[in-house]
Amino acid sequence: MKKLLLNPWTRRVIFAACLLPALFLVVRGFKGNLSANPVEFLEHSTGDWALRFLCITLAVTPLRKLFEQPLFVRYRRMLGLFAFFYTSAHLLLYFTFDLMFDFKSLLADVLKRPYITFGMAGFLMMAPLAITSTAAMVRRMGPKRWQLLHRLVYFCILAGVIHYYWLVKSNVREPLMYAGILTVLMLYRVVLWTTKGTKPQKSAPVTA
Amino acid sequence: MLIRKPADLRYSDVTPKSIYQNRRRFLSSSLGVAGAGIVGAWALSPNAFATTKIAGTVKGPFNTDEKLTPKEDITTYNNYYEFGTGKDEPARNAHTLRTSPWQVQVAGLVGKAKTFDLDAIMKIAPLEERIYRHRCVERWSIVVPWIGFPLAALLKQVEPNSKAKYVAFQTLHDPKQMPLGGQAGIQLPYVEGLRIDEAMHPLALLAVGLYGETLPNQNGAPIRLVVPWKYGFKSIKSIVKITLTESMPPTTWNITNAREYGFYSNVNPEVDHPRWSQATERRLGELFMKKTVKFNGYGEQVASLYTGMDLRKNY
Repeated sequence: MKKLLLNPWTRRVIFAACLLPALFLVVRGFKGNLSANPVEFLEHSTGDWALRFLCITLAVTPLRKLFEQPLFVRYRRMLGLFAFFYTSAHLLLYFTFDLMFDFKSLLADVLKRPYITFGMAGFLMMAPLAITSTAAMVRRMGPKRWQLLHRLVYFCILAGVIHYYWLVKSNVREPLMYAGILTVLMLYRVVLWTTKGTKPQKSAPVTA
Repeated sequence: MLIRKPADLRYSDVTPKSIYQNRRRFLSSSLGVAGAGIVGAWALSPNAFATTKIAGTVKGPFNTDEKLTPKEDITTYNNYYEFGTGKDEPARNAHTLRTSPWQVQVAGLVGKAKTFDLDAIMKIAPLEERIYRHRCVERWSIVVPWIGFPLAALLKQVEPNSKAKYVAFQTLHDPKQMPLGGQAGIQLPYVEGLRIDEAMHPLALLAVGLYGETLPNQNGAPIRLVVPWKYGFKSIKSIVKITLTESMPPTTWNITNAREYGFYSNVNPEVDHPRWSQATERRLGELFMKKTVKFNGYGEQVASLYTGMDLRKNY
């Protein structure tokens, strides 16, 4: 496992896999196979993938602890940046095709439509995380402050789930599924945080 | 004496518009399967096997000259929650709907309650082709060449009495045919309603077909309502029951969320849905949004039905 996680090809394969959904959409687009409403199809697909990547990113820490494999964290930044990539595509599609680049409509939507307020809040919280994702930024901020800032990701995904829940007309099963996944991921952390003092932590092996 | 012979060609001989409009694709797909043209044509319309041509329709009034939405879009992008809540689901799942035999029971405050079977319905009035705009509350719109007859023609046959103020409609609900209905998140059977003057308006259509053929199941076969100046969900599908009532009947989306969906639900760019603006819409086939017109552009015909009413309150 350790060997695999340190293999440079692992990173390349994961990167390619993360790009697959986008690639798939492009191919379908060229084949004219994006349903009768291509814009809506792309908006929904990119939104779905943004939420999925946020869930995957938040699953890294629990997986790392469960497998006692700290090397998992090597891929967390990339996964988070893909979440930001799909979120940005989602926002850009909406801004281009729904609003036709009209900032006034954007502002009106953000102020007036709660689901858009939450979606936009999620994006605005994600942007600084993407910007400060480089190693240089971690050094500049110091790990404590950096980590504190990056706790914002919990609120990003919460905003995303609420955004989705408020958008659907009646069938809330999918947004509720995301809410369920988020609950599990957060409960794990809450348990971890509250038992931290009492349970001795297995110290992570330092690897070169 | 010169007796003019009617033209030999009938409506049913006309090449379906979807095939005509996709003729290049039709050709290429036919060639692609080495001359098996029939297979090529079938592949174009997902439910070609389930619909039959309707002959002898006449051109109806109120036709828009806007570009028709391709049949493929109209028949693969549907809201019919009994067959799944995804837009592509009804086209895939509605084959379980049995449209024959079919009966529509018309009762309530009428002189002559009557149950029509489908053959009788097809003979109530001459079938007309009517090209209407259709605007969904979700902000997409289409232009559909419906085939049908005025709802008023059916209502007149049952002779509503003077107490009848509203018309209630009900969709078939059979969990065996509609196994996904339980996950729809709405109460079933689907019910809708109109005020009687709305129902008697010549624009209100009972549709039995589109694009020259009987309705595909996902579009509400075998008979559905079309009220083009209202949001699409008012145009109830697969009708089995029509009841004339004295008080305002319950309607499905109003039961689901009264704040968001009113009884009237007239298309109105000035009155937003609580969660989204209704000022614009996306015509299927176009990428950018366009401005929504009040009463979906049928204001000249129907605005007088609502004089003196506050359309913000009666949304």
